[in-house]
Amino acid sequence: MADKTPENKVSPPERQYPDPKVKLRQEPPTTGHSWDGIEEYDNPLPRWWLWIFYATIIWSVIYMILYPAWPMVNRATSGLLNYSTRAEVAAEISRFEERNQVWFERLLETELDEISADAELQGFAVNAGASVFLAHCSQCHGTGGAGVQAAGYPNLLNDEWLWGGTMDDIHQTVRYGIRNEDHPDARWSQMPAFGADGLLDEEEIDQVVHYVLRMSGQQDYDADAAEAGAEIYEWNCASCHGDDGGGDYFQGAPALNTAVWLYGGDYDALWESVYNARFGIMPGFAGRLRDAETRAVAAYVHQLGGGQ
Amino acid sequence: MSILRHHKKIETHATLLLVLSFLVVTIGGIVQIVPLFYLENTIEEVDGMRPYSPLELAGRRIYIREGCYVCHSQMIRPMRDEVERYGHYSLAAESMYDHPFQWGSKRTGPDLARVGGRYSDEWHVQHMINPQSVVPESIMPSYGFLMNRVIDGRHIGDMMTAYARVGVPYTDEMMENARADFLAQADPNADHSGLLERYPGAQTRNFDGQPELTEMDAIIAYMQMLGTLVDFSTFVPDPSR
Repeated sequence: MADKTPENKVSPPERQYPDPKVKLRQEPPTTGHSWDGIEEYDNPLPRWWLWIFYATIIWSVIYMILYPAWPMVNRATSGLLNYSTRAEVAAEISRFEERNQVWFERLLETELDEISADAELQGFAVNAGASVFLAHCSQCHGTGGAGVQAAGYPNLLNDEWLWGGTMDDIHQTVRYGIRNEDHPDARWSQMPAFGADGLLDEEEIDQVVHYVLRMSGQQDYDADAAEAGAEIYEWNCASCHGDDGGGDYFQGAPALNTAVWLYGGDYDALWESVYNARFGIMPGFAGRLRDAETRAVAAYVHQLGGGQ
Repeated sequence: MSILRHHKKIETHATLLLVLSFLVVTIGGIVQIVPLFYLENTIEEVDGMRPYSPLELAGRRIYIREGCYVCHSQMIRPMRDEVERYGHYSLAAESMYDHPFQWGSKRTGPDLARVGGRYSDEWHVQHMINPQSVVPESIMPSYGFLMNRVIDGRHIGDMMTAYARVGVPYTDEMMENARADFLAQADPNADHSGLLERYPGAQTRNFDGQPELTEMDAIIAYMQMLGTLVDFSTFVPDPSR
């Protein structure tokens, strides 16, 4: 144990006391409460805080008078301003409607293929169509309209079209969709599943795939098989895809003699397309968008690059 | 002020403080909550609402299990920009059978309140497996494993009983046919007449394109019906609500 005698105690350094002539800030009063000797200062609340507090109380009263607040027997008090979120959004929408009305009417009055001749109207249609496209089309066709290659979402920027690239064609596709069971005017094509339905055996499918590889200008094909595939193609495919593989907008048969593919153009993808066929679906937007909007988005897609 | 002097009694008496605080909070709660159950302008009945079909309900449970709500809300707010993008603002009645509801305003992904019918089933399958393959700028993780999880609906009746207990009006007939309806909805060759009678507007097909009934079928069945029950071409909003 340490020695506790006073001689060994280290004395603390001499304390510096404040000059008694300098007036210290007065000790605030205490609340008078005492818990185990701990007392509580009775400082006033900061003035800025207190006044803001009073202001919020006054504001809450004003707010309750102006806006819906108190629940009564059947409904809440509606307030002097008669505010309602629904009325506000309806008013805001109709404000924009009114401003667009003249343009929407012009869009509806103008023949589809004459929209582009009217520079002003075309400007409106393309801008309105672009925003519709971003909200409703971009998820499949991409924000820029480039589609998703080899996944069945067509590129809208190039010259290749399944169902035609004129304003009328595009507009009809937008309105009614593709294989959309909800509307009789939807685009509808049904390629037979040549393999799954037993129309062609595997060797024949192999040959016709090689033929299509050759037709589309690819290098990696078997010349003998392609030669044999020519006849199979003529009998089974040419009626829709054309003798030269040019496709047919009327039947929605894609061109096969280009490098543009909806589901991929390599051997495996083509094999799958011939064996099981492909049935892409696009919803119809006739009920979802107003007529002027479907026309605007058709105008937008038409001017992306491939419009006919 | 004398009343403030008495306040000291409360402040210095823990039990009294507890009891009185509880009383104040209770009154506040009652004033805020109870009127919502009887006020005319907080209750709006709309045509077309029905409880979820068994398969849709299973899809909804998967949606909740996977935490989809962390990024996606199901509440289109009454604002012009939201209405333009997503469609008619959500009505309270559209969530009447939701336990728990999926409202929210924090969106990392888009709102899904009206996603039904907006995309094809194939799109959904592809998007679940690899979201970036269809939406390159997306940061959604992959949910491709749903394709491998076969479900048979063996507990769906119990699930519906639980929902019935919290107030979803599943009838005895719905309960009895729970599993049959569950299996029928994703089977294009099944007889759907009973299912469609019990759940008008239910969509019936093979949702994920696989022969097995998987969680992917269920969640796509749920996605494809979201926001489709109320016919907004005939709905007239009451501006006072």
